[in-house]
Amino acid sequence: MVLPTDYALAIEDLTVSFDGFKAVDKVSLYVDKGELRVVIGPNGAGKTTLLDLICGKTRATSGSIQFRNRELRGMAEQKIVRNGVGRKFQTPSIYPKLTIFENLEVSVPKGRGVWGSLFFQRSEAVRERIAEVAKDIYLEDMLDTEAELLSHGQKQWLEIGMLLIADPELILLDEPVAGMSVSERQKTAELLRRIAKGRSVVVIEHDMNFVREIADKVTVMHQGKVLAEGSMDKVENDEKVIEVYIGH
Amino acid sequence: MKSLLYDKAMGGRSGLIGMIVLAFILLLVFPVMFDTFRLNLMGRYLSLAFVAVALVLCWGYGGILSLGQGVFWGLGGYCMAAFLKLEAANNIANEAGTDQINALTTVGLPDFMDWNQITELPWFWYPFKSFPLTLALMFLIPTVLAYIIGVAMFKRRVSGVYFAIITQALCWIMELLFVTRQGWTGGINGITDLRTLLGWDIRTESAQTTIYFITVAAILMCIVIGRLVLQSKLGKLLVAMRDTEDRVRFSGYDVASFKTFIFCIAAAISALGGGLFVMNVGFMSPKLVTIEPSIYMVIFCAVGGRMSLIGAVYGTLVVSFGRTYFSEEFPNLWLFALGGVFILVTVVFPRGLAGMVDSIIAFVSNRIAKRTGQDKAAGQPPAKAAGVSASGGAT
Repeated sequence: MVLPTDYALAIEDLTVSFDGFKAVDKVSLYVDKGELRVVIGPNGAGKTTLLDLICGKTRATSGSIQFRNRELRGMAEQKIVRNGVGRKFQTPSIYPKLTIFENLEVSVPKGRGVWGSLFFQRSEAVRERIAEVAKDIYLEDMLDTEAELLSHGQKQWLEIGMLLIADPELILLDEPVAGMSVSERQKTAELLRRIAKGRSVVVIEHDMNFVREIADKVTVMHQGKVLAEGSMDKVENDEKVIEVYIGH
Repeated sequence: MKSLLYDKAMGGRSGLIGMIVLAFILLLVFPVMFDTFRLNLMGRYLSLAFVAVALVLCWGYGGILSLGQGVFWGLGGYCMAAFLKLEAANNIANEAGTDQINALTTVGLPDFMDWNQITELPWFWYPFKSFPLTLALMFLIPTVLAYIIGVAMFKRRVSGVYFAIITQALCWIMELLFVTRQGWTGGINGITDLRTLLGWDIRTESAQTTIYFITVAAILMCIVIGRLVLQSKLGKLLVAMRDTEDRVRFSGYDVASFKTFIFCIAAAISALGGGLFVMNVGFMSPKLVTIEPSIYMVIFCAVGGRMSLIGAVYGTLVVSFGRTYFSEEFPNLWLFALGGVFILVTVVFPRGLAGMVDSIIAFVSNRIAKRTGQDKAAGQPPAKAAGVSASGGAT
């Protein structure tokens, strides 16, 4: 029995086993409302799998995932999204053949059923919302560009924008600054600070400077387990963490 | 609203021009150029083009390759044939009036049932006594079948090659079903000797011309419906799903229901083609529901350009023409040539005839723009021009 909590996201004893291999092993993680949590760890630590479990892409073997005291385990992917969880993938997933405007429009949380989408009207409110989000993600001048023409970093922003337009309460970001230039990283850090207001964000990241800049709290994972948790300073000086990172 | 009709149904200026050219060719050029026999041949080709148009929707945009689209086409055809056959069976006494004919067949019972010792009309043939009911079933049966397949496959995330193979198997099952249930379906001979529709003799020259025009009107209507679907948010979602399915799923959409929807629309459009085919030729055969015709239909679509509803019609006409003429001249080489064309198109011109036409238009308009020396037009980045032509071809 899982008791109700004040946390936005409360993960308890979450385990997933692939043919006996436990990619995520009894992980417990609590994220506050309005918190920006970064999950770090060496390759194969189970970070991406953890996000997959939260958003329903992978099904957990045991444990619970409570989001605003609602169990997400076993819920269909689209239902999890409709409950307010947005997920960005590691390789930018955008719609290459649609324009930036259309990419964002398709992500507007209206007309999500077959008939709703067939009779969906591009209202002034929708236009304004798209313009607003496009400005947030630094793409306001490129609305009519086909998304496949964007740079790698811009694609990352576009995907974040596609999440933002649905205004989720929990955003899961898998390596949002991978492959970005220094100035793009800077802009992304600003963007993340902005979007973290009023919602919870879980970020997976490798770039320690970037982590230091954005994280409220850091969780270190290793071999499917939580190794350490706390502020960046605390985690950096944790002996187990040092051993794992240097030992690699 | 004028703008709604213009932008959404016609696809803007380039889409409207494409429609007008197609309508001009089908409604004026063909009837003037061809005698009734040839025009009827065109009517047959066009009734296959419905499937090509349907494939543009579900394959080109939805990314669902169906190698069994002929099944839905065939079911539509069989429904229409069943109605016409019952009418023919009812009129047999009035038409022939001789004792000899009456001795060979029972009034009100299709001849092939007589030959198979079936003495009473099977229950599922009864609805085909009514024309409105037949029309409804002609759409309903294939659409419901598509819905069942869609739910069964897409909910389980069967896609790509696996889905294609399953649809191909479906063709085979259908053929077996129609061939082996002789007494119910006319077996290998199919349903033949269809004569009148509500008392109107469909075998006369004037009737065949009229049916040709009905077929043209119907295909133009299907293109407009297709455009309306593609211009909606649902159309954009199809493209999105085709390219990045997971992103759509994790944007809160139930991907399976969208795939099922477009698969059902494709089935309904195909079925209409099947029904019109029967009116054009006066028979229906299980040979048309097998794997081969379904593959042909995919080739029609690929040659015409799988992103172009209008291109699909041209693709069907061109390949069917080729088939009729070359298969007579070089019966052994034709299949190799067809295979070659298919490979060539997919490798060299992935957007088919429509893509070629778009490139030519873009090239010519670029040259004109350069020659007239308009700074604005010449200075346009090539990407922009390509985008414009692509959207023209897309609709």
